[in-house]
Amino acid sequence: MSETNVCDEEKSILDFKIDLINKRHQSGSLIPLLQSAQNSYGYIPEKIIYYISELVNVPAAEIYGIITFYSQFRLKPVGKYLIRICEGTACHVNGAKKVLSILQDELGISIGETTQDGNFSLVSVACLGCCSLAPVMMIKDETFGNLNPDKIKKAIRKFSNKEKISIEI
Amino acid sequence: MKRVKVGLGTCGLSAGGESIFNKFKEEIRNNNLQVELCETGCMGMCYAEALVEIEDEFDSYLYSKVSVDKVGKIVNEHLINNNPVNSWIIRSKDICSEESFTKKQIRIVLRNCGVINPTSIDEYVAKDGYKALQTVLKSFSREEVIEEIIKSGLRGRGGGGFPTGQKWKLAYNETAGKKYIICNADEGDPGAFMDRSVLEGDPHSVLEGMTIAAYAIGSDEGFIYCRAEYPLANKRLRTAIRQSREKGYLGKNIFGTGFNFDISIKEGAGAFVCGEETALMASIEGKRGVPVLRPPFPTQKGLWGKPTNINNVETYANVSWIILNGWQKYAALGTEKSKGTKVFALAGKIKRSGLVEVPMGITLNEIVYDIGGGIKDGKKFKAVQIGGPSGGCIPASMGNLKIDYDEITSTGAIMGSGGLIVLDETTCMVDLAKYFLNFTQMESCGKCTFCRIGTKRMLEVLERITEGNGKNGDIEFLESLAGKIKATSLCGLGQTAPNPVLTTLKYFREEYEEHINEKKCSAHSCSSLIKYEVVEELCKGCRVCVKACPTGAITGMLKEIHVINYDLCNKCGKCFEACKLNAIIRV
Repeated sequence: MSETNVCDEEKSILDFKIDLINKRHQSGSLIPLLQSAQNSYGYIPEKIIYYISELVNVPAAEIYGIITFYSQFRLKPVGKYLIRICEGTACHVNGAKKVLSILQDELGISIGETTQDGNFSLVSVACLGCCSLAPVMMIKDETFGNLNPDKIKKAIRKFSNKEKISIEI
Repeated sequence: MKRVKVGLGTCGLSAGGESIFNKFKEEIRNNNLQVELCETGCMGMCYAEALVEIEDEFDSYLYSKVSVDKVGKIVNEHLINNNPVNSWIIRSKDICSEESFTKKQIRIVLRNCGVINPTSIDEYVAKDGYKALQTVLKSFSREEVIEEIIKSGLRGRGGGGFPTGQKWKLAYNETAGKKYIICNADEGDPGAFMDRSVLEGDPHSVLEGMTIAAYAIGSDEGFIYCRAEYPLANKRLRTAIRQSREKGYLGKNIFGTGFNFDISIKEGAGAFVCGEETALMASIEGKRGVPVLRPPFPTQKGLWGKPTNINNVETYANVSWIILNGWQKYAALGTEKSKGTKVFALAGKIKRSGLVEVPMGITLNEIVYDIGGGIKDGKKFKAVQIGGPSGGCIPASMGNLKIDYDEITSTGAIMGSGGLIVLDETTCMVDLAKYFLNFTQMESCGKCTFCRIGTKRMLEVLERITEGNGKNGDIEFLESLAGKIKATSLCGLGQTAPNPVLTTLKYFREEYEEHINEKKCSAHSCSSLIKYEVVEELCKGCRVCVKACPTGAITGMLKEIHVINYDLCNKCGKCFEACKLNAIIRV
């Protein structure tokens, strides 16, 4: 990992700690705190559950229950680029299954898994809300619509090339 | 001065809007042009993205399917030489190639979407924004506001259709000191993006509607519960709230009237059930989003036990228009019991998909054919799916059905929040029912036994049917279990979860029977029930399919007829797509 990345990570963890201090006395702050933790770490590490538990005075088991209830929260780290495949109705009738099978072939992973190099993780989501562009997927924060096999491969290549370049540098 | 507006809603962004915006910026700077460049929300014509509109003092020109490489020509010819590129324009004074898309629409909720820059409060104010709030605070009593909304006939646009004014009155009648206003922006229905577009394109109209509701019921604090999957909507809302506070439309002593109200955003964490109001409130309180029994209703005992008024995004976006234009004008639109307009997210197998706002009372056929332009690729119109996982499928034969809460409910579907997915002959109705049940089964919070386990059992039966293992009695079992799930579930999720199965059974029963008895899927969608065959007369032995097959199931020498080995075939369909001679067919 390059030096700038370390700084970024420390900065985001610092942001999280500031958030902790600001939010711990607000009512209903638990979910925003967990969101903040996930933004900082990329997932929710076990030690953070205990940490938050003490701060807001809610048992760790209850926090675990909340984490597993909401699909947004992850207890394991994900790859650098999270690929979200839309399984909305419009995407379903326009061939979302095919998109998934192409992605699985390209990356060699199934839903919920991460590639060995740690670059890509694959998840499915209920609806990205871009139904008129179905079928759709999202890589990181970028949406790709009207997908066909070529477009999918191109999109993946765009991100994997980025990785190759940064390794060379 | 000319003004260039680039559509940067989520649909515009994914069609490359951002790089188009940057290219315009660069060209305008390089050519030293006196042109205003700004972003705007969804213009509704998602099928024609990316959209760019150029306005001057006389006219506006809407360019469709713009790409980065078209920008140079538009800048040169239109902005510099005043020669609009007519072949790319779909709407101006003289060109109206898309007239049929807009002709039957009436834009109340979407009045500013795609028109103003959503990040500028001044543009909203210039369109009479916050005028309704000012009028209400200065010259309406709280009772008069409620009366106005009751008379307009506005009903909850989240799907339930409860009269909005009545709900406000219930909250108003509560005497507790502290009351809350909540905006439900947890648009979880797959196939629905109305609320997202309103939040992205015109966030202030929602804030204004909420503030008027707060005044009416006597509340000083509001929350917007917005899906975390909508990063742009969240961002636009945060900007809008900040601007409103700066201008004094939110906060203390609004318009100098002594009325205080402020709004904060709560980001959802991804649970469909949180669209249900009691679950939503539990989630705001920081708990698992599990519904509780009503009554007491939220208007009596809601967030943190206090009276709470919950409406959805579209409902609030109607409010200021009603105040400014009068309830008579709103009530003049629509049918006897459903007034005003409804926004639909039109998608699926339709030519012109996008965001449409139509007066209540319009027929399904008018939406599909006149506005949507009919079915894609010359296929046959089969049905529409309305209301998402709680709704149902209405067959094409009922295309004259009017958009009206009660008429739609009588078909077994529901109005729902506004997802309208058009289906053609290639959609298998059993597969679609399975798709929705899979969704609700996963999203069930697990509190009620029948919703938790009953949906699972129904799903298993549907899986069996689509895999070719359906049995006699399966249909009757589905119907009987569906009735029990509806009767014994606490909240809307469970009560409506069987609807997609029940409506497809009602209108497409023969498809279920065909799957079970003949092991056949006439839509060629269920992979277990289809088979690929080589048409010997058409096969030229080119080996394209042999190379495309991932399992090595196809064999044959060059210029010889190829053969499929069914023991190896996994029915992926790659050969079917690869063959340019139509020599491989699906049966």
